[in-house]
Order: sequence, then C-alpha cells, then structure tokens
Amino acid sequence: MRPWHARNLSRAGLFAVALFMAPLFLPNEYYINILILGAINALIALGLNLLLGYAGQISLGHAAFFGLSAYATAYATTRLGLPIPAGMGLGVALSALVAWLIGMPTLRLKGHYLAMATLGFGIIVNIVMNETVDVTGGPSGFVGIPRLALFGFIFDSDRSYYYLTAGVLALAALFSLNLIDSRVGRALRAIHTSERAAQTAGVDIAGYKLFVFVLSAAFAGVAGVLYAHFLCFVAPSSFGFHFSVQLVVMVVLGGMASVWGAVAGAFFLTALPEALRGFEEVDILIYGAILVSCVMYMPMGMAGAASGLRRRLGRRRGGGAPGAPGSEEGGHAG
Amino acid sequence: MLAAAAQYLVSGLTVGATYGLTGLGFTMIFNTTGIINFAQGEFVMLGGMMSVFFRTWLGLDLFSAITLAVLATAVVGAAMERLTIRPIQGASPINLVIATIGVSILIRGAAMLVWGKDTFSLPPFGGTAPIAFAGAAVQPQSLWALAITLALLTALKLFFSTSIHGKAMLACSCQRKAASLMGISVARMSLFSFGLSGFTGAVGGAILAPITMTSYDVGMMLGLKGFAACILGGLGNPFGAAVGGLLIGIMESFGAGYVSSAYKDAFAFVVLLLLLFVRPSGLFGKAGVERV
Repeated sequence: MRPWHARNLSRAGLFAVALFMAPLFLPNEYYINILILGAINALIALGLNLLLGYAGQISLGHAAFFGLSAYATAYATTRLGLPIPAGMGLGVALSALVAWLIGMPTLRLKGHYLAMATLGFGIIVNIVMNETVDVTGGPSGFVGIPRLALFGFIFDSDRSYYYLTAGVLALAALFSLNLIDSRVGRALRAIHTSERAAQTAGVDIAGYKLFVFVLSAAFAGVAGVLYAHFLCFVAPSSFGFHFSVQLVVMVVLGGMASVWGAVAGAFFLTALPEALRGFEEVDILIYGAILVSCVMYMPMGMAGAASGLRRRLGRRRGGGAPGAPGSEEGGHAG
Repeated sequence: MLAAAAQYLVSGLTVGATYGLTGLGFTMIFNTTGIINFAQGEFVMLGGMMSVFFRTWLGLDLFSAITLAVLATAVVGAAMERLTIRPIQGASPINLVIATIGVSILIRGAAMLVWGKDTFSLPPFGGTAPIAFAGAAVQPQSLWALAITLALLTALKLFFSTSIHGKAMLACSCQRKAASLMGISVARMSLFSFGLSGFTGAVGGAILAPITMTSYDVGMMLGLKGFAACILGGLGNPFGAAVGGLLIGIMESFGAGYVSSAYKDAFAFVVLLLLLFVRPSGLFGKAGVERV
C-alpha cells in the first residue's frame, strides 16, 4: 500500500458517493439519461486525459476506438450470438488491439503531424463504418443490440444502468489517480515536459507512449460497449471527427492534466446542448460562443479556474490555501 | 483507358486546386502565428456561399459577386483574429486551436441560420461546352479553376518576395521575436495573415462552387483536406501545401475512378498515413531540430 493509495481511495469514494446521490436530486428519467451519457463520455475523457493531459500526445481519432468497440459488441451479441459479457470483452479487446497496431507507427510522429495522423485514422474508420453496410448497417445504423444483462440481472431501467456506469466511472477515476501517482505517471509527465530529458533519464519513451495510447483506447472501448448496450442502437454519425474533437475539447475545457477536470468537462459538454435545446435554431451559435469564451476566460480550464477561486477565497479568509484536487496532480497544462 | 485517366487527372487537379488554396491559408496563419486554424474550411464555405448570396439576392453579376464575397471573407478572417485570437495570444497552442474550433462552429451555425440547409450552385465562369483534351472532355470551369489558382499563387509569390508587408510576414515566420526587434508589428502581421487566409480560402471556395455545389456544411471536410494538404507537403512550406493539395485531389479522383467511389474520402487519408510513417515530416518538410 503506497502512501497515496488511501488518499486516492477516499477521493474516488467521495466521487462515487456524489455520483450515486445525483439521481436523488433529479426530477425525471430524462436527466438520468443525460447523466448516463455524461458518465460514458467522462470515461473516454479520463482515458484521453492520460494521453493528452499527462503524456502530452494528442489524438483526434478517439471516437474511432469508442465506435469500434460499440460495433464489435453489437455484432458479436447479435449476429454471432455470443453472450453479452463475451461481446463486451471482445469490443474492449478490439479497441486496444487496433490502438496497439496503429499506435506503433503513429506515435513516432510529433505535434501537428500526430494530430493529422490520428485524425486521418478516425476518418478512415468512420468511412468504413458507413460503407460496410452488411456488417455495420451503414449510415442508418445497427439496430437490435440487446440491453445489458450481467449474471442474470437485466439493467432495463435507466436508473440501474446509471448506477452501473457511475460505478465503472468511479473505478476508472480511482485507477487514473493511482496510475498518475505511480512510477508510470511520473514517466508520462516526464515525457510531456521533455522527451529528450526523459530519455536521458532512462524512460522508455516509445514504450510508455504506446502503453498510454492503448490504455486510453481501452477506456474508450469500455465506454463504447456501455454505450452500445445502453442505447441498443449505434450509428456511424456518433463516432465521427466531430465527436473526436469534442472529446479533446472536454479534456482541455476541464483543465489538462486533471482527473476531475476531465470528468467535469465531459459532463458539462454533454449537458450543454441539452440545456440549449430551448433556444431551437440559435443553440449552435450559443454553443460556439460558450466554447470560445470558456477558452478565452478560463485558459487553465475548469480545474484551473476552480483552484484559482479556492486560492482567492483562502487568501480572503487569511488561512492557508488548500489546493483543488486538480492542481495537486501537477499543473502540466500546456 | 488513357482517356479515362486524363479525365480523372483533370477533375483531380480541379478539386485539388481548392485543397491547395485551403492548405495555403493554413500555412500562412501557421507561419506567422503558429496556430492551426480549424476555421479555415469555413472561409472556403463562405467564399462559395457568399458568392451565391451576392449574385442571387443582390442581383450582382458573377464577377462582382465573387470579388465582394472574397473581400467579405477576408474581413471575417481579420475580425476573427481581432476578436478571438488577439485577446488570448499568449495562451497555449491547444487553447488557441480550440478557440478556432469554436469560431468554426459559430460561422457554420450563422451560415445555417442565414442560408438554411439547402445546396446552392454557382454558374460556371465561362461557357459550358466541354473542350476535348487527350480524349477527355474538360469543362471550361476546370481550366478557370486552375488558371485562377495559378494566378493567385503567382501573385502571392510576388507579394511575399517583393512587397514590404510580404517580407515582414516572412520575417515573422522565420523568427517572431527577431522580427519584432526589427520593428515589425507581429500583431499586425497576425491580423494580415488571417485576412489573407480568408481571401485565399474564399477564392478556393468560389472556384469550386460551380463544380461541386456548396452548402453551409461543406467547410469541415474541405478544411480537413486542406490540413491534410499542408501536412502532406510539409507543414509551413507554402509550395508544399499547394502541391500537397493537388496530389490529394488527384489521389482522390483516381481512387474514386479505379477503386471505389464510396471510399473516395478515405483514399487520400490512407496514402497520407502511409507517407507519414515513412516520412514523418511530410514530402518537403525539414526534419525538425529539437532544442533541449
């Protein structure tokens, strides 16, 4: 038991309690629905944050890993008739495997070239999803995916499904926190700061980059299978370039290199379009304006803004400023 | 057989010209500011859509409509720099990129509100009678597109090598700090680069509109292809961006003709990925020297 384990466990525990309490304050099933999608997006954002926020490697193709696992479990559980847990395992494994294969040549690229390569990969996967109609159902989507059932329990109510995704999300957050504090996390941050310096210090750069890339794809894979068995329907439009960009925005808006920031960014961006639905046609304009002003007025993201606010309040009270959870994990944004 | 190949080549070059101009817009902004501008595709969309708008709603003739549209897009580009990029110029690159993504969502949303979701087209610049060339039927519009692209490239080349503003922009791309020490206003060059990118992108959009039609949402894919063009040619190299654009257009056109039209968009990206695995800095890019 490392010294940080207890601290991380209590934080993730508090997070889990908050997640489990959330439905008590929500009036109806519609909000639970949004919470589920928010939790699923937060799961991907957590993984992408490890890659982008900590290791400093961008991926503009993460929607592809999310989609691959969703389609894999959809295909396995309907056409192949496999049991749902097997389908889900297969889905996550496929995402991780593809990430491993594509990561080996791609992660040698740097900066904008890496962005382009992952972007291109995402677009290619999306086009294949659209065109292989006999496997994926094409643009009109894959219908008839069974609702999740594990060990004889069918998660047919949205509430039960929410508790499941919330539990998975809390576990993923705990895993991320521990990973960041461990030797691996230090190596990732070293790579972000300076690859050359990290290499000189004996960090296996290529190995760690590939590891964190595959890991973040696996996070997206878990999210993908949860998504497929929740909506019981998947279509290629959910896994396109647009969603990949949105995932990056979640991480950056939340505050790079902050676990809680990524989660907050994901829930915020999931709920925002729903909140703007009342504005009908101008909702997209407001969405864009909010995005631009968030970047302009919160350059360190939500986590950065929260810790800044806390510092200011602490100063006013005259006491010591306890840093926000986000800030302690190393402000390596940038 | 040869006739088909010639046909694919011409149509590839025509579309590639727009990709090249879009890529050139990316390059100009990247060189002076270090930003990848994800709203570049929306400039191309605005060029096409505003030409249609000025022609049909204001009743202008084709030439004035396009000129006005191109100038208006340049103003949009400059306004974008002033309102969103300038206030946060010290921010981290990823924040600036996300600001440009936000702007692209705004522009697309505004275009949808103003012009709706319909598809529009512009009449071709010169006649419609196809010209026979090596067995292929070439639309006069293709020749117009190529000629205008060539003229614009020459003009830009002259601008950068002879005019004081062009040289100042080049200086910013070499070394921003040194340029500012020499009395060049880097902030103004950043403004110019956005305006000029809007201009170039809009020209690309206007020459493409008669060939492929246009609507409020064509910007994203065109922007991605333009980005692919400059990566293919080597980021920061204007010549590379133009050649990269033409190459992507040709690859797409041949891919669609000989392999499958369904995978038209995927084809260029597959080749680009394979190329990056072999040459991580693009075709004409210099291998970066990293300072520790």
